[in-house]
Amino acid sequence: MQSSFLNSRTYLLLAVILVSAVVAQFQSSFNAYYYQIIIYIGINVILASSLNLVNGFTGQFSLGHAGFMAVGAYTASVITSQLGATPGVLGSFIFLLALLSGGLTASFFGLLVGIPSLRLKGDYLAIVTLGFGEIIRVVIQNLEFLGGARGFTGIAKKTDFFWVFTVVAILMYVLSNLIRSTYGKGFLAVRDDEVAAEAMGINATRYKVVAFVTGAFFAGIAGGLYAHFVTYINPSQFSFVKSIEIVVMVIIGGMGHSVGVFISAVLLTVLPEALRPIAEYRMVIYSLALVVIMIARPQGLFGDSEVFTKLWRLISGRAKPKESRT
Amino acid sequence: MRLISRIFCAYLALAILLTGCAKKSNENEILIGAYLSLTGTTATFGTSSLKGIEMAVDKVNGSGGVLGKQIKLLTEDTQSKPEEAALAVTKLITRDKVRAILGEIASSRSLAAAPICQENKIPMVTPGSTNPEVTKKGDYIFRVCYIDPFQGEVIAKFAYESLGLRRVAVITDVKNDYSIGLAEFFTATFTKLGGTVVGEQAYSEGDTDFRAQLTAIKGLKPEAVVVPGYYQESALLIKQARDLNMNIPFLGGDGWDSNKLIEVGGAAMEGTFFTNHYAADDTSAIVQDFVTTYKARFNNEIPDAMAVLGYDAALILFDAMTRAGSDEPALVRDALAATVGFPGVSGTTTIDADRNARKASVIVKIQDGQFRFHAKVDPL
Amino acid sequence: MSEFIQQVINGVSLGSIYALIALGYTMVYGILRFINFAHSDIFMMGAYVAYFSAPLILKITSGNLFLAGLLAMVFAMVVCSILGVTIEKLAYKPLRARPTIVVLITAIGVSFFLEYGGQLVFGPDPKPFPDLIPKTKVIDAGGVVVNSTPLVVIGTAIGLMLLLRWVVMNTKTGTAMRALSFNLQAARLMGINVNKVVSFTFVLGSSLAAAAAILYASTYPSINPLMGVFPGLKAFIAAVVGGIGNLVGAALGGLIIGVTETFVTGYISATYRDAIAFGILIIILLFRPSGLLGKFESERV
Repeated sequence: MQSSFLNSRTYLLLAVILVSAVVAQFQSSFNAYYYQIIIYIGINVILASSLNLVNGFTGQFSLGHAGFMAVGAYTASVITSQLGATPGVLGSFIFLLALLSGGLTASFFGLLVGIPSLRLKGDYLAIVTLGFGEIIRVVIQNLEFLGGARGFTGIAKKTDFFWVFTVVAILMYVLSNLIRSTYGKGFLAVRDDEVAAEAMGINATRYKVVAFVTGAFFAGIAGGLYAHFVTYINPSQFSFVKSIEIVVMVIIGGMGHSVGVFISAVLLTVLPEALRPIAEYRMVIYSLALVVIMIARPQGLFGDSEVFTKLWRLISGRAKPKESRT
Repeated sequence: MRLISRIFCAYLALAILLTGCAKKSNENEILIGAYLSLTGTTATFGTSSLKGIEMAVDKVNGSGGVLGKQIKLLTEDTQSKPEEAALAVTKLITRDKVRAILGEIASSRSLAAAPICQENKIPMVTPGSTNPEVTKKGDYIFRVCYIDPFQGEVIAKFAYESLGLRRVAVITDVKNDYSIGLAEFFTATFTKLGGTVVGEQAYSEGDTDFRAQLTAIKGLKPEAVVVPGYYQESALLIKQARDLNMNIPFLGGDGWDSNKLIEVGGAAMEGTFFTNHYAADDTSAIVQDFVTTYKARFNNEIPDAMAVLGYDAALILFDAMTRAGSDEPALVRDALAATVGFPGVSGTTTIDADRNARKASVIVKIQDGQFRFHAKVDPL
Repeated sequence: MSEFIQQVINGVSLGSIYALIALGYTMVYGILRFINFAHSDIFMMGAYVAYFSAPLILKITSGNLFLAGLLAMVFAMVVCSILGVTIEKLAYKPLRARPTIVVLITAIGVSFFLEYGGQLVFGPDPKPFPDLIPKTKVIDAGGVVVNSTPLVVIGTAIGLMLLLRWVVMNTKTGTAMRALSFNLQAARLMGINVNKVVSFTFVLGSSLAAAAAILYASTYPSINPLMGVFPGLKAFIAAVVGGIGNLVGAALGGLIIGVTETFVTGYISATYRDAIAFGILIIILLFRPSGLLGKFESERV
């Protein structure tokens, strides 16, 4: 059991952040198109992994993740627009503030949505979260100061490799710590058998809400990053279709399997671009693949696959641990 | 955690690897990008303007090209969505490295894309966006058509003076900047002339049901209704209005210009008016030449204003390049700003200090299922 | 006052359409316990079937709109039934024992397949729907104009719903459907051919969706491959509001959603149209999650 905060994982995190800062210095010489794809990959990883916490680890089927992304995107954009998009250290600080505000506002909405909804089960929760996502979208659409249906233009382009990479790293760090902690065990218990968990004294609702709010927080940050990359947002980008796209990433990766979800987010960002020549057929193939995967391999490409885990251990040279839980 | 860290290294490596590749360009070509709505609720805007642009490209390429080089046109579909417009323009500029951009027709999409063109210092020429905000986005953004303050005034004066209307209602599409802007400009002039806007209702682009709004307006007993929206919704709306026994005149702006308007609206459109940039039955030589060539090439189809504006916008861009003596974006920009008296099919075009064009408006009446020239209004 | 009457008629007409679609959702959920997301796209297909067969139908009936509408509806119902059953057999049947999330995602996949496939095959742009129902002004007095169309919609919907009720109450298969919705395992043990009954359920649901599509497209004559998305969602919400699994509830829910939506759009603001149904949903789920006419089901351990 890891007891100290300054353990190897923390050092790893700091090292990773440092490396990304170094790499980011060269980013203007990168091919603009591929650079764009890398950024989108990062944002999708954040979205998928944060949803994974809710859907995968805690077993709550949320279909409204795009709503939290929208809240984060708009909040962050309003803040950078109001405070001004200055370059340099002050600008970065403002951007950080904006992102965090976006995340916190999103998690506040997560709390608002979560507390009443998480009493419901399965399909009902799915529809209610979808409903909330849509309501958030329609409300934004009616707020003139946010640009309404015409959208919010002229957002400063603050997102770059460093920011995206750092958030991805922090998210992975938080997730892996969370999963290993008592909370993590609680999430899994709720997922596997909620009634039994309650019988064991676990307050299922509390754990569900924690997962939900954390997921919403990171979705909000992803939204802020997204807005400050595309410089233009409007409510229709955050519809339930977007929510479903994120859900699909989680399902295909294997619900609860962090690595799988990461890889599936990468795949599902890159594949549409790679398949651009047959763009018209892309969504048709995509949906067909979805159905086939669900019928043939519902645990996702990587979900509880002994073969894969064994292979991975072989590559990473790690001995098989005494007790295993991802 | 080691697994995760290994994934990072992979991500990092992926980033560095993939970002190295660059794209070669052909020396004998000038790359021009066009972002247009080829599909979606305003598909005819894109398909028509593309036809106009293609005609211009072929005309110029056929007589030696521009500056001795052939023009290569790269097109991206915006799907009638502003976020796609932003993406399309980003692709054209960063991936395809075009020298200039043509598009869009709809003001909302132009507004989404203009900041990106401005930031990258690539000149953007919009054939048909009439909302004044578009050219305010920066000095690299131009338009070859009139703007909505003028158009709104034309509609208002026509309603007040020619049709003698005093009480009208306005139904706006809140989902697009064009409609909101045009509605405001119309209302401002109409009330200044002494008329009253008795009621306002709203709908969203993509809606198919307007009964609720129409019923509400009907109760206010207006003499006419102004619908400054796009053709798809306007036609459906007017059709439903006729079903509700609202046989009063309906007025619109250039957003109505599409052959789909009659196709969708049918007999309901009889006797309605809208302001436009040109009329196909204009007898002047330059218009008839264009119409004949267009019909010959495109299956006897009568060109609409978007086709004409696309054609004019492209030719003005090429003319600017010729005058600049180069395809360098900064020089082309300066040449565009200095465009004077260009003989366009949609009228003689001079680009003013705000990078807008001051041109006449044509009032079109729908009669016997056809667009008929009704009146011409010169700019003040 | 005339405006009020107008809005009521519009609302009931819209509500009837939602009710017809909702019945499909509620029947499938009642028996198989999952949301058939693709139901809204079967609705869309019904509209396209009618659109493409319209020229031929109008020729056959030499412009007699009453017959044309009838023929188009029957034809669409048949085609959609086949489509619905095919989807069930290919995509849902293999997953009958699996957790609901898996089936849900599959349903979403099928839905996307139909939507994007439709955009590919039919083209994504809206198409004008031809007149298949006779149109006359029934009432034209005192500022109230009532077209025949909403009345035809309401009448047809009521007729179909009564027909459905008769089938469910009085036929053997209908009774089997009810048995399955109470307890699938017990019904199977009693010798009921579950597969056949499930197929029959899909036939019924898809037929109603097809009929709803023609009524909807006649009222709002513009069709596109994504036209089923929002009506479908609202219809599902209607089913939940009324009590999922309950046929009368679905009809009631449809009516409530249709009327509320029309009134809020007409009297308050048109731009909140899509959020209204979701608002009603959330209120119901917070205060009466089993729906207005549903029974409260406690979870078995």
